[in-house]
Amino acid sequence: MRWGVITFPGSCDDHDVFDSLKFELGQKVKLLWHKDELAGNFDCIVLPGGFSYGDYLRCGAMARFSPILRGVVKFAQSGGLVLGICNGFQILCEAGLLPGALVRNTDLRFVCRPVHLRIEETDTPFTSGLKRGQILKMPVKHGEGCYYADAGTLEQLRRNRQILLRYVDGKGKPTAPANPNGSVENIAGICNEARNVFGLMPHPEDACSKLLGSEDGAKIFTSIAAAWAQKAGAHV
Amino acid sequence: MSEARAEKLSVPAVTPELVASHGLTADEYQKIVKALGREPNYTELGVFSVMWSEHCSYKSSRYYLKNLPTEGPHVLQGPGENAGVVDIGGGLAVAFKIESHNHPSFIEPYQGAATGVGGILRDIFTMGARPIASLNSLRFGSIDHPRTRYLLAGVVAGIGGYGNCIGVPTVGGECYFDECYNANILVNAFTLGIVKKRQIFTGVAKGVGNPVIYVGSKTGRDGIHGATMASESFSEEKEQRRPTVQVGDPFTEKLLLEACLELMEKDYIIGIQDMGAAGLTSSSSEMAGRGGCGVELDLSAVPLRESGMTPYEILLSESQERMLLVAKQGSEDKIKSIFDKWDLDAVVVGRVTDDQQFRALWRGEEVANIPIRALTKEAPAYQRPATRPAQQDQLQQLDLSTVKEPKDLAAALKQLLSSPNLASKEWIYRQYDQYVRTNTVVGPGADAAVIRVKGTAKGLALTVDGNSRYCYLDPYVGGVIAVAEAARNLACVGARPVGLTDCLNFGSPENPEVMWQFAQVIQGMRDACTTLNVPVVSGNVSFYNETDGTPIYPTPTIGMVGLIEKVERMVTPWFKAAGDIVVLLGRTREELGGSEYLKWVHGLTRGTPPWIDLKTERAVQLACLEAIDQKLLTSAHDVSDGGLAVALAECCIGHPERPLGVRIETHEMIRGDASLFSESQSRIVVSLKEENIDRLKETAARHSVPVQIIGAVGGNRFTIQPLVQLPIEELRAIWSTALAAKLK
Repeated sequence: MRWGVITFPGSCDDHDVFDSLKFELGQKVKLLWHKDELAGNFDCIVLPGGFSYGDYLRCGAMARFSPILRGVVKFAQSGGLVLGICNGFQILCEAGLLPGALVRNTDLRFVCRPVHLRIEETDTPFTSGLKRGQILKMPVKHGEGCYYADAGTLEQLRRNRQILLRYVDGKGKPTAPANPNGSVENIAGICNEARNVFGLMPHPEDACSKLLGSEDGAKIFTSIAAAWAQKAGAHV
Repeated sequence: MSEARAEKLSVPAVTPELVASHGLTADEYQKIVKALGREPNYTELGVFSVMWSEHCSYKSSRYYLKNLPTEGPHVLQGPGENAGVVDIGGGLAVAFKIESHNHPSFIEPYQGAATGVGGILRDIFTMGARPIASLNSLRFGSIDHPRTRYLLAGVVAGIGGYGNCIGVPTVGGECYFDECYNANILVNAFTLGIVKKRQIFTGVAKGVGNPVIYVGSKTGRDGIHGATMASESFSEEKEQRRPTVQVGDPFTEKLLLEACLELMEKDYIIGIQDMGAAGLTSSSSEMAGRGGCGVELDLSAVPLRESGMTPYEILLSESQERMLLVAKQGSEDKIKSIFDKWDLDAVVVGRVTDDQQFRALWRGEEVANIPIRALTKEAPAYQRPATRPAQQDQLQQLDLSTVKEPKDLAAALKQLLSSPNLASKEWIYRQYDQYVRTNTVVGPGADAAVIRVKGTAKGLALTVDGNSRYCYLDPYVGGVIAVAEAARNLACVGARPVGLTDCLNFGSPENPEVMWQFAQVIQGMRDACTTLNVPVVSGNVSFYNETDGTPIYPTPTIGMVGLIEKVERMVTPWFKAAGDIVVLLGRTREELGGSEYLKWVHGLTRGTPPWIDLKTERAVQLACLEAIDQKLLTSAHDVSDGGLAVALAECCIGHPERPLGVRIETHEMIRGDASLFSESQSRIVVSLKEENIDRLKETAARHSVPVQIIGAVGGNRFTIQPLVQLPIEELRAIWSTALAAKLK
């Protein structure tokens, strides 16, 4: 499986995703430059966290216009796997690949802390290796991670079972204190209707090593790799 | 040319008033005249005023700083460069430094703190090192002072705003509150970077004819020294007063960081230096000074943010996110193409010359011509008078018989845990990205932060420390303890110190009592560094932290870095499992002078700080380190502010998810409050499996360190027989919410 990780100017977690995939999980991975067109064969494109173009405008608002995004949109439309983490999630929303928006945290402050996440759906490549109701622990770190969508969109998300992750407490309850940013319905991650584009605010790449406190993030990456392998195997 | 001529005509005449308003004394002015062999022009006066400022020249502190030990077998770069560099083996080295941004942060807390972080980051990547961890040391006025909340919120948001955006984790720090900082807060920022030993860069200019290249942001009028005076004399009608606080742009700095590190992989650079304080002037003249050459700058080539800037303004601007480099001739286009990729300016603005002069041209005319030596090596240095304050004896008097011991010591402990100095700082560090770069093994809240060194089995431990109340009561002992405690914090996680960086925050050096404090603190630091074997590799002095003649407490901040050979052996301060035995290394004495207990519970700042014997200190640290090497310990925690009771409480409640109770029995023959809250030095609380007790005793005996089994971990109560018994949950609730409650 070939992973591509995009470096936008201001990306901070591009190398973290790269390192975790390569050194913790032994995956084949390449860094991609925002000014280039998307070229080459990739099986999953990752849009990493950071502050693309400084995010002085709305988060992700500039990045959606970068040259490489044209190719990413086409890649997604043709069924390619796209994973947006934090700033990457914001960019995917700005680019229209995912519904809704990420707005300023309700307490108006940047928040960095470990959170518990509950797996809500497992029929996606991103979560098929996990169990419904399973709880993962990994950090969030963002100033604008409050997920918002209007009532109609939310209804659609629920109906299509596109809500993949919710912030919960240690016991699995989606309580207010467990919600680090005020996201509607404690939503931490969603996928598109076709289930091949996934955006989440927490950082799986920061939770791929026992030494660093959690390996739960690796479970998302390995789920993707396993789903891809299964699909690739089926095609052979 | 007519425009140029018009502006040239408006240059003010150099009068005694103008000299004084540049902060230069009459004597210093005479020195300038002697160095030049003539009167300086207006631009030259500006250049001298910044280069001879306390900030750039260390004119009051150099005499004392030279007493600090700066050498060691692993030191690759000591003080005098952008940052110190220490070898950590395997072809790798670490570059680190701490720096103050106190005054700007008081005027504009967000931008002041943000640009403080930006400045220290540049100091690190200038050396060729990739910044991988930051810490900060903050001092604010009383938590109840009306400005404190605003200042704290702004400073924390500024540090986060810059550090988070540039992608360097903030992994630790400290924050204290005291009335002495009501009108002078302290913001000290520390950053560490990692660099290949053969790719270390320094700020040196060499090779006549080599190009001087300006990279990064454009130059504006922000942060110009004496901007007010200058703009009023220039064009009275339209110039507005500019704030002297710079505005940070972390996004541009992120690009600058990546572009510089990419460039450093190539073989084009001779020397590189951050344009920090005194901007283009200091970076170019200091590089020429180190290289023993001269430099010629064409100011007309400098990329400008606004029109109509004068040579004076261009030379003195402190616009952020700029670097100056000296490159090999012929590499100009290759360098430009790298900066083009990152959408940054890279412009040749001068040449290295052989005349050892600092020369600046503007539109073909020479506007400054000064011997480099006069700006660097021959800048003034003073041995200012130092006098022990008359009230020092009185300050140190403390008759404990007049300090009533509280009947309810459990209540006193609860009160202490709600002190903003001891309460959890989570409200602060939650606003910092602690994880980016995926190295953080132990983040904020422990004795020291621990990061892994990728590609090796090693870890680095980082801490910032300083107790200014001790320094106020006895600056010598305070200086010793600042260094000793930093090293002890490293020992608690299993790290051996490799070097330290200091940020010395004091009042006015023109006040002999402040100068005495300074001299005493340095002496104390020197003795501690020598005995504990820690070289000083970089640092910064911040004087003039005073308002209306009242200085802050002398506040040396020690940033110390330690090496852990096998990072998986590191130890955290928190109790791990019921049944583990709790042991105190070291001895508790009746020492309440200068303690947090005396201040917060009794409202007293007096007495002598706890005594410290450096040989004992060293022995305790070695015993702890060897016990960790042998994997005997499950936790280790330094006993410091708040004493043994607070240290034990932190062991119980410090871990966010696993609070654990403890049952302690003490048999101290001293008054109850002292047995709980005395801040006796050279003590470490450890916990371990019962089967390891004998081996710990052997290790401690080898170093003649007292070992006292004081209790066992377990249950959900915090018990110190017969003085305190409280539910763990109650302590945790108080400690974890006290600071946030004050900041609502």
